Amino acid sequence: MNPIENILNLILFTPLIGVLILFLIKKDKQNIIKATGLFFSIAAFIFSIILFLRFDSNDPNMQFVYKSIWIESLNISYYVGVDGISLLLVVLTTFLTPLALLSSWNSIQKSIRNYTIMMLLLEVGMIGVFVSLDMFLFYVFWEAMLIPMYFIIGIWGGENRIYAAIKFFIYTMFGSLLMLVAIIWLGYYASTLPGGKFTTDLLELYKISPQIPAAIQGWMFLAFTLSFAIKVPIFPFHTWLPDAHVEAPTAGSVILAGILLKMGTYGLVRFSIPLFPAAALEYLPYLAALGIVGIIYGALVSMVQTDIKKLVAYSSVSHLGFVVLGLFALTQEGVQGGIIQMINHGLSTGALFIIVGMLYDRRHTRLISEYGGIAKVMPVFATIFMIVSLSSIGLPGLNGFIGEFLILLGAFKSEFLNSHVYSILAATGVVLAAVYILWMFKRVVFGKITNPKNQELKDVSYREIFVLIPIVIFIIWIGIYPSTFLMKSEKSTKQLIERIENYRTGKFNINVR
Amino acid sequence: MYDYIGIVILLPFIGFIINGLLGSKIKSEKIIGIIGSSTVGIAFLLAAGIFFQMLSLPIENRSQIVKFFTWLQTGRFSVDFAYQVDQLSIVMTLVVTGVGFLIHVYAIGYMHGDRGFFRFFAYLNLFIFMMLNLVLADNFLLMFLGWEGVGLCSYLLIGFWYEKNFEKGTTNDAAMKAFVVNRIGDFGFLIAMFLIFLNFESLRFESVFPRAIAYPIGDSTIFWISLLLFVAATGKSAQIPLYVWLPDAMAGPTPVSALIHAATMVTAGVYVVARASIFFALAPTVLTIVAVIGAFTAIMAASIGLVQNGIKKVLAYSTISQLGYMFLAMGAGAFAAGIFHVVTHAFFKALLFLGAGAVIHAMHEEEDIQKMGGLKNHLPITYKTFFIAALAISGIPPLSGFFSKDEILWKVFSAGYFPLWLIAALGAALTAFYMFRLTILTFEGSPRWEKSLHPHEAPPVMTIPLVILAFLSVVGGFIGIPHTLGGNNAIEKFLEPIFEKSEIILTKATPNTAVEYLLMLLSIFIAVAGILLARYYYLKRGDLIEKTKEKYSKIYSVLWNKYYVDEIYDAAVVKPTVKGSEKLLWKIIDINLIDGAVNGIAQLIGIISSYLRKIQAGLTQSYAIYFIAGIIIILAILIFQ
Repeated sequence: MNPIENILNLILFTPLIGVLILFLIKKDKQNIIKATGLFFSIAAFIFSIILFLRFDSNDPNMQFVYKSIWIESLNISYYVGVDGISLLLVVLTTFLTPLALLSSWNSIQKSIRNYTIMMLLLEVGMIGVFVSLDMFLFYVFWEAMLIPMYFIIGIWGGENRIYAAIKFFIYTMFGSLLMLVAIIWLGYYASTLPGGKFTTDLLELYKISPQIPAAIQGWMFLAFTLSFAIKVPIFPFHTWLPDAHVEAPTAGSVILAGILLKMGTYGLVRFSIPLFPAAALEYLPYLAALGIVGIIYGALVSMVQTDIKKLVAYSSVSHLGFVVLGLFALTQEGVQGGIIQMINHGLSTGALFIIVGMLYDRRHTRLISEYGGIAKVMPVFATIFMIVSLSSIGLPGLNGFIGEFLILLGAFKSEFLNSHVYSILAATGVVLAAVYILWMFKRVVFGKITNPKNQELKDVSYREIFVLIPIVIFIIWIGIYPSTFLMKSEKSTKQLIERIENYRTGKFNINVR
Repeated sequence: MYDYIGIVILLPFIGFIINGLLGSKIKSEKIIGIIGSSTVGIAFLLAAGIFFQMLSLPIENRSQIVKFFTWLQTGRFSVDFAYQVDQLSIVMTLVVTGVGFLIHVYAIGYMHGDRGFFRFFAYLNLFIFMMLNLVLADNFLLMFLGWEGVGLCSYLLIGFWYEKNFEKGTTNDAAMKAFVVNRIGDFGFLIAMFLIFLNFESLRFESVFPRAIAYPIGDSTIFWISLLLFVAATGKSAQIPLYVWLPDAMAGPTPVSALIHAATMVTAGVYVVARASIFFALAPTVLTIVAVIGAFTAIMAASIGLVQNGIKKVLAYSTISQLGYMFLAMGAGAFAAGIFHVVTHAFFKALLFLGAGAVIHAMHEEEDIQKMGGLKNHLPITYKTFFIAALAISGIPPLSGFFSKDEILWKVFSAGYFPLWLIAALGAALTAFYMFRLTILTFEGSPRWEKSLHPHEAPPVMTIPLVILAFLSVVGGFIGIPHTLGGNNAIEKFLEPIFEKSEIILTKATPNTAVEYLLMLLSIFIAVAGILLARYYYLKRGDLIEKTKEKYSKIYSVLWNKYYVDEIYDAAVVKPTVKGSEKLLWKIIDINLIDGAVNGIAQLIGIISSYLRKIQAGLTQSYAIYFIAGIIIILAILIFQ
């Protein structure tokens, strides 16, 4: 078997092999367990770098495709592949997972083997979601990934972890059930066409679905989008997020904010928009508006939080509001901005959660009022914290700006949105971001040390630096030379835009049949 | 030489990297200081080389673009890391690196012994790097990178002493205020860029401006672009209504106030207007707004400066006021005159701040001028240079401030803005008055401080920059001697190619030499009167001060409290936003309404199922009853159908 052709399987199954091996290791060999987990997650990252390098930026279509029949009677297959959009998210996933494992190196004490297994299973689920080209397979990964996350919050979480875990589980489960109905309906619809048969093949459905009558498309679109909206989360479906984040252990929060939320926005750009163009065009003003509400509302609520983790959680609502706006602007700039912003948010918010975790490891509190004057005792920590905060604020020269700028520009010129108001309102989020981040930063890092417990805090260790530096490198890289990443998704997003354009101008139907 | 512009920009960045990463290991203040200042000094020499080469070139070849690599590209949007070296940007580069170098050297002395010595120099170098990006960028986006980058450095340096209290809060309150208020302005910059890209499909100056000329005067798109750019400028350059951050920015170390909050960064707004002068020329309404805001800021800030007691505070309001003059010039279409004032102001205002720093050092961190006095014998060099700068800013010929300010007043007058001219002239009188009030209270009269303080002159590393800046404050105006005085207005001529297209659009009044002489005499008279009045009050008739205060106690209290603008903003914007977000958005909407609904649904389902559970209690009798009831209902339906 050719390793390059099978590289997606390699990436997908490497963590799974890690899980199998972990079962063989005795529970009390903590260091070996941790090392094994780290080894397999790094291996998956190395494979995904190869994937990234071998990916042909000029080809808008799915690459590294692998297909094998799974359930023949229903025409369901194990079908994977990546285009420029999913490629970046796969790399983000495999990049963040080892860092998340490293960040919780000492903080997780309870049943470390099960914890590592859960983290690796989670990785498999997340990669699976991003590479699935069969909707049934996608759904399986989508749901399967809930289980390890449920346990990570429920077992290794904070005091109120059970409430948060169940809330997270039921909330997302509720959304996905509607999606399942929609997937089955789509497969069935395919079978009612002349010569058609039941299928969950995404690429097949891309061709078929735009012919679905607009009214039904609307319902399908809403079923999918509700599921994704809960995951993103889009206002007003966001209230599970602060609870889940506050209770989750650091690594859980990193993965949750860094990758899980992206599955929602990925779903929008992979399914909702291209499958149901008529509905997308109809509903996009509302979704863009909800995105803007999220930007402003998330920022304002974030501003008044007293718990750093909650603050970062609400800031995610705000940042992902930008992504939603960019995607539904349906311009090249907007969608590209939305995608790079997914990566940016994964980096900066992932890093913010790691940073909060480092403070928590030292002081066992997340209350902003417990800190102050940290810069004096932890200067290196303060510097890295500053860079990450500035990335989150969207300072030009760092990654956050690239995403926000492209999104706002894309929304501003979007003919679909057809109004500058969206972009102008959303841009106020740029001002508010500076307020809530800098205010928190001031109260945590600057000032005199007023709490004697902070007097003796140790600056970051080499392990901690090693976790944060790779993220900082990418924060600067994307800020100065985003082309490395933007060019990968350029053609795929262009194809998406053209698809919608063609549909609107009526070319689509002529092309297909 | 033009290709060296990359090195000019990169040098301070290298200094930032070395001092930032290795500074804590280097430890030696000397080495850190030399790295920090020499990178800027060499950058200045290279920029000077480029400048002289430019002079040797024919005018049409003087503007050149040096491209490095593509920064951001997607769809039809593309922006490069590319720099436009032309007459305007080289003037700004020379000021930034030249004055910047002197301030770096001064800071070696001023920051001696500070724990964060290396951090300070790293930030200063980063600032120079960002400022060079701002003034040399060949497109709006790169300019914005510099624009926000200098804002970041300003933030970091205002809050540099992060443990220190400042007024009612900490230095970091001041730093954050600066960043956030600037962000409000940046919001305008962003929207302006979107409008520019939408209409011109580019953000490069070379593509945008030539196409802008084709637009009719008064076009609404151009109106919005110029207005939004001006909104950005009011933030960075501290104009009404966004000036409130600059007085607080004095929380930073004094060299920062001199470099960032007087000589360079705060003039960035003026630079943007100058750079985009074509837009403004095509939007006469905006130009009027610029002029009016500039004039009102000039007089308002000057009036506040009359009564303040902090040595740096007075200088801060003075800076806001002088920036107002620059915008007034822009608004009158006198772009070159505005830039001329940027240059001279950089000299004398940097000098004033550095002098203030020497005084503060000598007085052991005391900033209240009421507790000073009689320092001229103890700090002779500082006193003399400060005095020269005070004369320069007051507009006494032949010092630099006279030429640039007079040029502005004349241009405003001849553009037909008579009321604004009147305001500006009155402002000039106030300027002379508050500057000499400051000088007298600080250096003259009898000492009002404890003998044990033993104030002494600063070391040469600090006084030499003072002397050089004093020299520049004296002769700096000679680059712009007007034709009426037999000069050739070299700077205006040099900048002509940049502004000629804008100036063609604006109708020019025919100069009347007699009137110009008259106004010139008038402004000299105003300046001298202001100075003499201050001397009369503060040296001869100290008793009058209290009497005046009492007589005009209401006016005094309004001025003392800076027109209560901070308080109004706090009550109207800051408090309602924070309280509303906390009480309404978070507590009521988020926790009670949305999450309440989510938990409510969960509870409702729980309640329903607890009833449903009772139905399935496992009793055969009740199942039999349900069964029979079911049959009856079905039968009933079938029968009565």
